[in-house]
Amino acid sequence: MNRWLVHGGHPLSQLRSELDRVFSDAFNGNLTDRPWLQRGGGGTRGQGFPAVNVWEDEANLYAEAELPGLRMEELELLVQGNELTIKGEGRSGAQEGVTYHRRERGSGPFSGLVRLPVEIDVEKTEAELENGVLTVKLPKAASARARKIQVKATN
Amino acid sequence: MATGTALSQDTGRDLARQEPTRGAPRYRPVVDILETGDELRVMAELPGVRAGDIDINFEKGLLTIHGKVEARQAAETTYVLREYGIGDFYRAFEISESIDASRISAEYADGVLVLHLPKSEKAKARKIEVRAR
Repeated sequence: MNRWLVHGGHPLSQLRSELDRVFSDAFNGNLTDRPWLQRGGGGTRGQGFPAVNVWEDEANLYAEAELPGLRMEELELLVQGNELTIKGEGRSGAQEGVTYHRRERGSGPFSGLVRLPVEIDVEKTEAELENGVLTVKLPKAASARARKIQVKATN
Repeated sequence: MATGTALSQDTGRDLARQEPTRGAPRYRPVVDILETGDELRVMAELPGVRAGDIDINFEKGLLTIHGKVEARQAAETTYVLREYGIGDFYRAFEISESIDASRISAEYADGVLVLHLPKSEKAKARKIEVRAR
């Protein structure tokens, strides 16, 4: 729709407002915004902590977080008892000498804690980061695993 | 921002028809878009997307980014905590700046797409020299 904002011919005073309209999102109406998008921006989760999904099977809990742009060496994971802490430095701020038309990505350090339903075996915890998705495998502590109780017939 | 012109609505419907119908939700990736003297640069976060599953299209000033995302957990997974959904990423932009489409390039690493849209020669800012007489 801004295609008729031709280049040249505008008085300088109009240039600024024109630049602001260089981009417009087209028909994004049905798309869903994600809560974690607010990371670092003081959004829905206060501390700017990325959103986390947690699921489990018999032996393990799994936690997953989307952390695009981060490498493993920029992340710190702490597991203690039934708590998982994810910390990161995040990206540095704006570049100098450029004009931003959109600035939605989070930046700066973040840290957050996820409370898990059971105690974790810290020694066997494993994490991997692939294409900006962190997956942490958290084996349940032996004491927390459901025990199968054999019922013996007595006669 | 006004997006209600007949032009953009029509384009939107056409594109929507071309998209295969899928049950999964699509998500709008967050972006930074910046401009230097030579180019527009789009940085889009597409976590969980493999490099080969990104589809970028630029035609008649319309830029679309589509990242396909495969489910990472089985459909029957029971979540203890679920703070986000997983699905394809899609977003479209109208760009009025004149772009040299033949020189568009893209890089992808760690879930972040960096798209370079070089300005065409005529769109580059011209410096006008004022000579003293």
